[in-house]
Amino acid sequence: MSKRVALVTGGMGGIGTAVCRRLASANGNVVVANCLPGYEKRDEWLAAMRAEGFDNVFAAEGDVADFESCGAMVRGIESQIGPVDILVNGAGIVRDSMLRKMSPSDWLAVINTNLNSAFNVTKHLIDGMCERGWGRIVNLSSVNGQRGQFGQTNYSAAKAGIHGFAKALAQEVVKKGVTVNSVSPGYVETDMVRSIRPDVLERIVAGIPMGRLAKPEEIAGLIAYLTSDEAGYITGANIAINGGMYMA
Amino acid sequence: MTEERLAVVTGGMGGLGETISTKMADAGYKVVVTYSPSNTKWKQWLEDMRGRGYAFAAFPVDVTDYDDCAAKCERIHKECGPISILVNNAGITRDMTFKKMTKTDWDAVMRTNLDSCFNMTKQVMDGMIERGWGRVINVSSVNGQKGAFGQTNYSAAKAGIHGFTKALALEVAKKGVTVNTISPGYIGTKMVTAIPKEILDSKILPQIPIGRLGKPDEVAGLIIYLCSEEAAFVTGANISINGGQHMY
Repeated sequence: MSKRVALVTGGMGGIGTAVCRRLASANGNVVVANCLPGYEKRDEWLAAMRAEGFDNVFAAEGDVADFESCGAMVRGIESQIGPVDILVNGAGIVRDSMLRKMSPSDWLAVINTNLNSAFNVTKHLIDGMCERGWGRIVNLSSVNGQRGQFGQTNYSAAKAGIHGFAKALAQEVVKKGVTVNSVSPGYVETDMVRSIRPDVLERIVAGIPMGRLAKPEEIAGLIAYLTSDEAGYITGANIAINGGMYMA
Repeated sequence: MTEERLAVVTGGMGGLGETISTKMADAGYKVVVTYSPSNTKWKQWLEDMRGRGYAFAAFPVDVTDYDDCAAKCERIHKECGPISILVNNAGITRDMTFKKMTKTDWDAVMRTNLDSCFNMTKQVMDGMIERGWGRVINVSSVNGQKGAFGQTNYSAAKAGIHGFTKALALEVAKKGVTVNTISPGYIGTKMVTAIPKEILDSKILPQIPIGRLGKPDEVAGLIIYLCSEEAAFVTGANISINGGQHMY
């Protein structure tokens, strides 16, 4: 198999980092981790990757909420590293509050970063994937996009929306060797989740039939499978990885 | 993998079952296949497999018969070892419109495709729980998800399988055992490729956005992913592998 270039948006976050490691370990892929322009931990993150022996992991700055910024980022990757074969739309934020208290800016921030980002990034890559006849796009959705979550009208809408995007795009590019899928994790053991108040986290874990959080490596493993050649017949699918928390 | 795990594949000599069995053996699992007692070609099959380097153990099991499943699983346990993985793959079709369907056609499909999951899983679940590790993979179908004209029996049984999956997944989530469903679309097995080319081209392929049948290898690859350690947080899921034929 030829060496492939993977772009992971939100690649320096809790799940993103595990995805970068996993994709970088497979078949000599080159992995580009996206982060926000001027992200203060960028160099530290890269240095940690180098220290782990990943000399095939790079960083690319770009604001996934901004179409032009994404275009510039993708052009930069193409000229310096090569065309992107694998895209993991992983960037995401939360701005939780009940709808009655939610401000338009909380709504827009989440929709821009979690949903419009899929358009903003994918748009710059999809033509190349179709022309080369091979591509893998994996969108990070969420169990809360499937079942809805109290206090997350914005997040639930964005995460459900990203699978609508996946299903439509999957059909448009299905004959071009490009697959588009979503993965919907439950609660994952990231710094974000670990920072939840212990008593609240305990209640969350009690609600997971498996009785534990997912490891970021488990989400990464599923994404790695979906980006393999062997997974070429899976497209438009939404794969739950939630420890039994929600079953569709 | 700490030890060689034993997998039982029901319908293991069928079009899909054969590839599941060989690919799982390639992946390092010890594979036992079961075949219908009415199968007269089992000796030839085993010989062919030996010729290809696969030393499978095979047992005739009537998956519609609880007592036979119990007796044969006990034999498998004694002769081959504890069963860590069960792939409920055995299935039949008795296609006709509901108007014309007889009770016999309904019952035959229910017994082989759905009751079989109870009959077989029941024999292996206690052991999986005691050992704290197990994988049950139920082979459903795109037609269980979307319904298919002329398949009220098959669609009902295959949809039923996922109900079984979801409930059992909840019951054993804390025991290291995952239970999942896979829903293939049209796969290029001997049964499907035997369909006259003009029907395949005019009736079946146009329903499949990707424009080709799935490969048995691709379905086997998904099963192998679900058997991995990395897939431990995936439970109660129904994974579509259908070339974009049905998305939800």
